[in-house]
Amino acid sequence: MATTSEARGDRAPARSSARPGSLRRHQILTAYTFLLLPLLFFLIVRFIPTLMALRLSLFDWNILKEQQPFLGLENYRALLQDEKFGQALKNTALYTLIGVPAQLVLGLGIALLLGRIRAFQGLYRALYFAPYVTPIVAAAWVWQWVFSPQFGPVNTFLMWLHIPPQAFLTSPSQALPTTAALVVWQNLGFQVVLFLAGLAAIPRVYYEVAEIDGASSPQAFWKITLPLLNPTIVFSVVTGTIAYLQLFTQVVNLNFTDQGGPLGSTMTVALYIYQLAFGRYQMGYASAITVVLFVIILLITLLQLRFLTRRYDV
Amino acid sequence: MTATTALPRKRVDLRTGLAYLVLTLGVILTLFPFAWMLLTSLKSFQELFNLAFFPADPTLDNYRQVLGGTQFLQWFGNSLLVATVTTLSVLFFDSLVGYTLAKFDFPGKNLVFILILSTLMIPTEMLVIPWFVGVTDLHLTRSVPGAYFAILFPGLMSAFGVFLMRQFFESVPGDLLEAARIDGMHEFGIFWHIALPLVRPALASLAIFTFLGNWNAFLWPLIVIQQPQFRTLPVGTALFNGEAGTQWGLIMAASSLAVIPVLLVFAFFQRQIIEGIVLTGMKG
Repeated sequence: MATTSEARGDRAPARSSARPGSLRRHQILTAYTFLLLPLLFFLIVRFIPTLMALRLSLFDWNILKEQQPFLGLENYRALLQDEKFGQALKNTALYTLIGVPAQLVLGLGIALLLGRIRAFQGLYRALYFAPYVTPIVAAAWVWQWVFSPQFGPVNTFLMWLHIPPQAFLTSPSQALPTTAALVVWQNLGFQVVLFLAGLAAIPRVYYEVAEIDGASSPQAFWKITLPLLNPTIVFSVVTGTIAYLQLFTQVVNLNFTDQGGPLGSTMTVALYIYQLAFGRYQMGYASAITVVLFVIILLITLLQLRFLTRRYDV
Repeated sequence: MTATTALPRKRVDLRTGLAYLVLTLGVILTLFPFAWMLLTSLKSFQELFNLAFFPADPTLDNYRQVLGGTQFLQWFGNSLLVATVTTLSVLFFDSLVGYTLAKFDFPGKNLVFILILSTLMIPTEMLVIPWFVGVTDLHLTRSVPGAYFAILFPGLMSAFGVFLMRQFFESVPGDLLEAARIDGMHEFGIFWHIALPLVRPALASLAIFTFLGNWNAFLWPLIVIQQPQFRTLPVGTALFNGEAGTQWGLIMAASSLAVIPVLLVFAFFQRQIIEGIVLTGMKG
């Protein structure tokens, strides 16, 4: 093309940017200006510390000592023999396997029921959401009290049903499920709202067509609701898994201040990291565990996104 | 905002009745711990360990002790400060980033978005050790503003907020912004005066999630706070047990006091929160 901008002879109005090219430049410059501080933040507060943790994991790093000897992969080798780490990992997996499906099923179930009612829907929704906005530490105290072996209302109720009282948080086998129940109870409200939102996004017209075709309610659920909820389900599972793999606050506050429960039965990876790094100042070794946790989260998230996400041509 | 699944008109009443029944049972189970907390907080020490549901002789003694005999109000103030500052910062910066990613075209746009989103997968446990080393090296906790900054800096921006705001700004018509540009409005002015007011519901929902997250933050404050006067509510109440022995009445009163303001805020913003989640774009 031989036409130059002068040949076209159109001069842009003086107050906006002169030429298309410079307009684009102006846009790019504005965008970078707006992003400057936030990008610096993410770099300094998220990415650089991640690299630092990787580096620390190669040293016998103790903040109280003068010498920080280089170990190479020694910390990682030690991990493989660490029984406490093995138990923490197993417990964390259990929490995730109990918690994520439980809150998914309960959240979806309650959302479906809420969808059936008209009066007081907002009130019910708010009441289910209440635990989610409760300070976690306070909730943990209440939970301890409610499940207390001698004075707890749950055991009182069991005795009333002629079931012998249970040890709950003081029993090595029951402490973990009782702790998981607290997390599920706290997250339930969020899950309900999430699924209500997912259900609201499904166009009514599908159900109308299904009704005309004479589909039953269960059929409509399996054929329409569930497939179209797939993105919401993926979101719930992925974010839920990431959260459960980092379980800390509830466990610390439920089980006799950071000992990891009876016989370490509720100990999680996050709590073990905390004990190592800030109880014994073994920050190099603790960093190695954080790297392993990061890799686990990364792998599981990618696998979930790969296998759970379905595309529907509707 | 209702999510009704289409039902045949007959048998609706029976089903609705059943739905109400199950939901009510669920609500009772959900709220039971709250009721227990409130009722326990009103029991005198003598009454604590009898298993009656209602206190025979309700007393506000526990509340008096918590407010008078502990640093509860200080913790509450610290939490309020931390949660407010982080929320304002997140609202401003996450909106700005979300707006830029939604409405501008520039090289590296997708990379920036993916980088920010990928930070969601970095576990907090991995970051706290380097943060602690950094805060120690910079002697941040030696001054009062420095100590507060050390507690709240991780929450100043959030990847989730960027994601949410980007979704919302996608729906703002570009013509509006273009019209303002032709009128010679400054780029920041367009963001501030034109784009931001259009996404108010999203801001409300982001505000409440950010506030809650920072109000509840535990791991990092527990690590970084050295002096009792800087304790936030979760850290204060958690350590309070160790220091006071297990004084259930006091703990329940402190918990009730911690829960009530948050519940009030939630009741106030309920609609926006839920709208916010709806529009986070759960579309496949």
